[in-house]
Amino acid sequence: MIRAASLLVLLCVLVGSCSQPEDRKLTVFAAASLVDAMDDLEATFESSHPGVDLVISTAGSQQLAAQIRDGAPADVFVSADLRQLDAVGDQLAGEPRVVATNQLVIAVAPGNPSAIGGLSDLAARDLVLVLPAPDVPAGAYARRALLSAGVEVTPDDLTPDVRGALSKVALGEADAAIVYRTDVAARADEVDAIPIDAEVAVEYHGAALERSPHPELAGELLDFLTDPETGGAILADHGFSSP
Amino acid sequence: MRSRHTPLPVTALAVAGVVFLGLPLLALLLRTPWDRAAELLGAPAVRDALRISLIASILAVAVAVLLGGPLGYVLARGPRRLRGALRALVLLPLVLPPVVGGVALLLAFGRRGIAGAVIADATGVTLPFSLAGVVMAEAFVALPFVALAVEAGLRRVDPGLEQAAATLGAPPWTRLRRVTLPLAAPALGAGAALAWARALGEFGATITFAGSLPGVTETMPVAVYLELQGDPGAAYVLSILLLAVSVLVLGVTGLRVRAGR
Repeated sequence: MIRAASLLVLLCVLVGSCSQPEDRKLTVFAAASLVDAMDDLEATFESSHPGVDLVISTAGSQQLAAQIRDGAPADVFVSADLRQLDAVGDQLAGEPRVVATNQLVIAVAPGNPSAIGGLSDLAARDLVLVLPAPDVPAGAYARRALLSAGVEVTPDDLTPDVRGALSKVALGEADAAIVYRTDVAARADEVDAIPIDAEVAVEYHGAALERSPHPELAGELLDFLTDPETGGAILADHGFSSP
Repeated sequence: MRSRHTPLPVTALAVAGVVFLGLPLLALLLRTPWDRAAELLGAPAVRDALRISLIASILAVAVAVLLGGPLGYVLARGPRRLRGALRALVLLPLVLPPVVGGVALLLAFGRRGIAGAVIADATGVTLPFSLAGVVMAEAFVALPFVALAVEAGLRRVDPGLEQAAATLGAPPWTRLRRVTLPLAAPALGAGAALAWARALGEFGATITFAGSLPGVTETMPVAVYLELQGDPGAAYVLSILLLAVSVLVLGVTGLRVRAGR
């Protein structure tokens, strides 16, 4: 009898859900560039929603979209472009909403030792240039910017998410990478940003997924993310602009 | 099968184990779009990945044999005091997560790495984002297979044969070439085959250290990973190809090991 009871207690501790059966877990798939902002967003949302546990998974939006297509248990998907959200279009609940906007920059080593002034300087052959892969939203935006500027480049590496490209510059392996303004801001002591003149609108779109067992809560999170007073303010702190 | 002698729970769990190991491989075979296989294998991205994987893995095995063979010799015949530490060093890449190996390679041989910075200053050559970087990443994880196989092979060689050669007046180099190496050859071959399979399948160290640029550093496993997000069919076909190579290597080394006995 005592053994059975202690086993039950142990189970409760292991599973961690006996005392609070109303605990709700909300899994958010978010673009890699949101990783730092998501930490703060999670803390604020959880403190205003007791009993809610946000689980954040960040990766290249195209990776997240592929995982969602394969049935990953996501409740909310925030993609760095509309294309990857459309790629799971039939599984979305409701219309996608613009959560934030961003800007492309060129990430360079501190002090800009290669003296890069803009996109046209990226064509230099001896420059080690890293771009996010074309499937990655940041990579797609970067290609659009290069195309509109009429600059042809030969990248030395294509990374599976935007933070991978940033790391190569931060590690000193690459001279330049096209990333988001917010990525450079997150690692300001390791990289500098060179602004890009090309007009490419970077928009983060969020939507709840049909498979979510908590549709109202997913809606509340999207409200929170798009509310300029709460989630929007946190995103602004991380350098994102409001839509 | 003499199931009478095997307790039922053991049989049941063993069957579960077979299903656990076998079902994913079966699923891969079933889900592969065989009708598109030829077309997918002929696609430029897949052909590039194949070519890079073949070249890099063969060069990596060459490096592994060149450095790992002598290392195996020292492990078997070298100073006893050195062996323990040396064996730990050789075993480590086997159990180390490959991505950690990639990070370590970056810190050592990257453009700002301990040795990489010196090399870059002296020669202007940088290893990341190049085929040489892929070869290094693959050799790093493949070398232990050669070293350990050679060590095990040499341990089975009767030292009396080498001593006999010595008493007959053969100098050390001749003894190695005419007696030791031929006797250890089957082990070296098996080690090289395993090293090749490991090099061909390398993913974490490669993408971390060398990158993933199609046509330059994107190997087959990296292409499998990236194509899964783009064209899953291509990822399945590449996976089947890697599976076939693994089966082949298993067959060859199995035969070698039996022949060596």
